[in-house]
Amino acid sequence: MTNSSSQRLLTPKEIGSYAFLALILLVVLPMSMDVFRLNLVGKYLSYTFVAMSLVLCWGYGGILSLGQGIFFGLGGYCMAMFLKLEASSPENTAIQSTPGIPDFMDWNQLTALPWFWEPFNNLGLTLLAVVLVPGLFAFVIALAMFKRRVGGVYFAIITQAVAAILTILIVGSQGMTGGINGITDLRTLLGWDIRTDDAKFILYFVCVLFLFASLLLCQFILKSKLGRLLVAVRDTEERVRFSGYNVDNFKIFIFTFAAMLSAIGGALFTLQVGFMSPSFVGIVPSIEMVIFCAVGGRLSLLGAVYGALAVNFAKTTLSEAIPELWLFALGGMFIAVVSIFPNGLMGLYNTYISAPVNRFYHGAVRFINKDKPVETLSEPLSEPESESTLGAK
Amino acid sequence: MSNKDFVLSVEGLTVSFDGFKAVDDLSFYVEEGEIRVIIGPNGAGKTTVLDLICGRTKSTEGSIKFRGKDLSKMTEHEIVHAGVGRKFQNPSVYEDLTVFENFELSFPRGRSVFGALGFQRDAEVLKAIEETAEMVFLQEHLGMQADLLSHGQKQWLEIGMLLIQQPSLLMLDEPVAGMSVAERKKTAELLLKITKDRSVIVIEHDMNFVADIADRVTVLHQGKVLSEGSMDHVQKDPKVIEVYLGH
Repeated sequence: MTNSSSQRLLTPKEIGSYAFLALILLVVLPMSMDVFRLNLVGKYLSYTFVAMSLVLCWGYGGILSLGQGIFFGLGGYCMAMFLKLEASSPENTAIQSTPGIPDFMDWNQLTALPWFWEPFNNLGLTLLAVVLVPGLFAFVIALAMFKRRVGGVYFAIITQAVAAILTILIVGSQGMTGGINGITDLRTLLGWDIRTDDAKFILYFVCVLFLFASLLLCQFILKSKLGRLLVAVRDTEERVRFSGYNVDNFKIFIFTFAAMLSAIGGALFTLQVGFMSPSFVGIVPSIEMVIFCAVGGRLSLLGAVYGALAVNFAKTTLSEAIPELWLFALGGMFIAVVSIFPNGLMGLYNTYISAPVNRFYHGAVRFINKDKPVETLSEPLSEPESESTLGAK
Repeated sequence: MSNKDFVLSVEGLTVSFDGFKAVDDLSFYVEEGEIRVIIGPNGAGKTTVLDLICGRTKSTEGSIKFRGKDLSKMTEHEIVHAGVGRKFQNPSVYEDLTVFENFELSFPRGRSVFGALGFQRDAEVLKAIEETAEMVFLQEHLGMQADLLSHGQKQWLEIGMLLIQQPSLLMLDEPVAGMSVAERKKTAELLLKITKDRSVIVIEHDMNFVADIADRVTVLHQGKVLSEGSMDHVQKDPKVIEVYLGH
């Protein structure tokens, strides 16, 4: 009985939190915003996948990745390549010297499609690639690093270096990747025009659907023994090894999973925004992604979702009003999170809203039932602490 | 070689860190069901010997045979799977998790990635956890977060985490350090109880405690065996008195 509640996928309290998020995303926002703004929210939502992935691998697993943009970008590029090929049919590109290949290839004097573009003629293969290409890449990085017991700051620096390298590679091979401009002018998905308001509206809901599926999948992982093992590895890696676990494999798994999750976000980003460029791959976007997660609360999946939404909303608002100020605001936010509220918005919520509300609620119940024996009330009091205690370190 | 009679046979074990030999051509043998205590002055290489056996440090030379398997060529988790459990000098438990969860993670099932994903808390697990908790005096504290335990309770928790793995060789690095007199007594009883079906290697400084539990004592000095035998024997050994006990 001690631990039966943590075995359930969702506690009643969590079901409430998820329902609240669903209400906001599925009812309140679509009804109160025009399609342009809703599409912006959809763009922010595609970042929530990255923030969630960082909750798993950084918040729980203790593996700080400063290169999630790599995987977000790779997922986005895979999707963009498919859409670009569809937009580059021979009819659409009849004025090019080589019709039927993407326009930027033609400008760069390429006369045939590079071999690695071929699979992206097929939507099924593309969707597989969205998940598998970043997954495989993350697996190789993680295998090479974690088997050699490289971790902590060193690992973070390496992910950052890889993000830089990938950006240089993409920018440098303009003929094959679209270079610094990225892959632009995406039009249709299997003939369905993704630029219309209707399409943007539908894609927003597709994005929310994927978001909830991912949330539940992450929730399942964190509630399984693997979730508790991640906490154990974060705090006392040595002990886990000497409890008979091959710690390296667990780190490889969670890093690879986080990469795949980020990639799904990237693909949804491309679909909703209509282009992909190296500016979403490099060091700066990767660090911004860590800030989304940190602001929301790195130990809470829902916190990460709200964090990504809040930071991006602030970014848009501030960039529209006073563009020069945004980077200072971002830096200020990061400093505030690190020094004042290390568990992010969710930590603030737990301390200042959830706990007093609980106290008030139980106080009220006790007041109403003051003639009845008290022991029936003592049990639910212990429940809300389970999440906040994990953030003690 | 009559290695069969021994659970553990360490032969010619040497490890050198940049030329400094922390353990130097060390040989000793542990029998089935034996409690062996390793004593020695600071820097004698006691902890390093345990590190070598459990795979935390790789040896430069020599062999460590455990039931016919050469541990020096295995990784840490393979050594655990073979049946060697190790307790660290400073209690090393999962402080952010409850006592129950500490035991659960130590239960020897679902140790692969997908095994851990599909792991279920069934009756077998609950039974093992309850039995172990009772043995190490923590049955009242299963729901408590581990970093709220006292120092002595953390030591017991870590011993319990090893017991639940049913190891056939248990290595304890200063299990009673920081314990009160009453806790020491309880721990000594615990050790005598749990060694019925396994062998134990203990590193300890507390001579009364050593006299209570040891079958045989090995005295290390500068990475070498200085003396070995019963407690009486080593206490009377002039070399031991000279470097260790005399002071």
